[in-house]
Amino acid sequence: MALTPGTRVRAGGGVTASPPARRRRRGIGWAQRLEIAALSGPAVLMFVGFVITPVVMAAYYGFYRWKGFGVPTNFVGFDNYVTILQDKLFHEALWHNAQIVVLSLALQGPIALGLALLLNRRMRGQSIIRVLIFVPYVIAEVIVGTAFALLLQAGGAVNGVLRSIGLGGLAADWLADPDLSLWTLMMILTWKYVGFAVILFLAGMQNIPEELSEAAAIDGASYWQTQWRITLPLLAPTIRIWGFLSVIGALQLFDLVYIIWGQYVASTAGTSTMATYMVSEGRNAGNYGYGNAVAVVLFSVSMFIALIYQRFVLRRDNQHGQ
Amino acid sequence: MASDSRRGNPAVYAAVLALIGLMLGPVLYIIVGGFRTNSQITTDPAGLPDPWQFGNYTDVLASSVFWRQVGNSTIAAGVTTAGVVTLGVMASYVLARYRFRGRGALYALFAAGLMFPITVAITPLYILIKNLGLVNTLPGVILPQIAFGLPTTIIILVPFLRAIPREIEEAAAIDRCSRLGFFWRMVLPLSVPGLITTGILAFINSWNSYLLPLFILNDQDSFTLPLGVQAFTSQYSVDTAKVLAFTSLSMIPALVFFSLFERRIVGGLTGAVKG
Repeated sequence: MALTPGTRVRAGGGVTASPPARRRRRGIGWAQRLEIAALSGPAVLMFVGFVITPVVMAAYYGFYRWKGFGVPTNFVGFDNYVTILQDKLFHEALWHNAQIVVLSLALQGPIALGLALLLNRRMRGQSIIRVLIFVPYVIAEVIVGTAFALLLQAGGAVNGVLRSIGLGGLAADWLADPDLSLWTLMMILTWKYVGFAVILFLAGMQNIPEELSEAAAIDGASYWQTQWRITLPLLAPTIRIWGFLSVIGALQLFDLVYIIWGQYVASTAGTSTMATYMVSEGRNAGNYGYGNAVAVVLFSVSMFIALIYQRFVLRRDNQHGQ
Repeated sequence: MASDSRRGNPAVYAAVLALIGLMLGPVLYIIVGGFRTNSQITTDPAGLPDPWQFGNYTDVLASSVFWRQVGNSTIAAGVTTAGVVTLGVMASYVLARYRFRGRGALYALFAAGLMFPITVAITPLYILIKNLGLVNTLPGVILPQIAFGLPTTIIILVPFLRAIPREIEEAAAIDRCSRLGFFWRMVLPLSVPGLITTGILAFINSWNSYLLPLFILNDQDSFTLPLGVQAFTSQYSVDTAKVLAFTSLSMIPALVFFSLFERRIVGGLTGAVKG
């Protein structure tokens, strides 16, 4: 809620639990302005300096062919963007991103919901289970990537286990086979990030008053009816927020792909993303102008999808939020 | 409450056990694999150590490279955490308890930052850091991490600080306590749980961060652990057992921190979801 001219509203609108009038009667005083500036200034400066400025600078650098040294001089207009939009490698990366966005929602959402319902029951050892399910989320991407690269390589432990239990037919080249690699990636992503969704959902479920399901139980509703009619609808805002974070994360996916598949293999194995494309074609190739242009495209795609999501999915939630 | 009729359902427990196995399997593989020899790993990739080897772990623990990377990671994560929490709570206090023109816009600015992880800004950010002469230094990693950590911190802390009852502030004002005095003496102590939540999140994020150090730190001496793990993996690509030992030792701090404060994190997220 953005109340416009501060205290004027306050002075007239004593209806809404207004702050004590004894402090200040009119306008925001200088002392208060100074406090606001001193308290929020450092955070704003850092944020503008290291978050906003780079994004703005990317738009500028993106118009140059530039190797990253000195002031960019070789202005090429929209050439970089034309190249990006015509590059088959970028199309593939974009397509992979699109699949990862959809599959992340479709796989992690239901799994996390099921797990949260399971863990929302009272049972012994509940708190330790909650810790354990969050463990993959807390482990660094580098470690997860290293571990899965070893586990899933052709002679790795996963194929070893499959062979030793007589399922050798299922053994596969999980990482290099282009038909499989995206699914392998999705499995790893689910393993890594489902705990975050579970924790969010559990937190949301704790905000649902217990009286509601008790009342439903008195009315003879079964466990599943209660979950379907009460828990799920009341959890919807949490699910929508998670969906938003998941989509943004999937669009910007970099670490795990880059660590497991490396910059060159990713495109042939069919797991490259816009971000790995940006790093390999930009920084690793020394073409900083081009890399910045890719960053702008990545930013625009994310922004576009974020706005669509805000407009059509989160709109209902924003009305009573900030 | 405690007398839930479903509490002893064996099917639920079986499902939960299977789940735990799936979640922990890869982690256990790393830890246990570090106790094996390479020939054990080659002949039976999924077996147990036989006999147990401690050499891999002791080798890693005796190497100066490992400890230097632990030091770099600790400094980076510690300073980042302190910076994010300090700047975050100050800005959150303004957003939660002052009324002024542009407050909504300020909040929206930080909230928008939530939409854009560091990936989008990394290429120009690298150039900015290079122009500041901070390549291969820890401040070159710490400053951007503080900036990118602010949105989450502020989103979590604002509802927290707003929940502090007005009456306390009024009582403080009657006692001639200034707004800043109120912030220092009342708000900070009352918001310790929120500060811990955001601090832990910032610490773990920094400890695990990969993309930013990958761009900024090119010099082996300045490597943090994630870069170290990767360098170690490619350097000793034939010595799988040692890679596993190195990897499992490097994930311990984040795990310890998390398990100590798991309740706080879940509690903090609950507040944020509600807010």
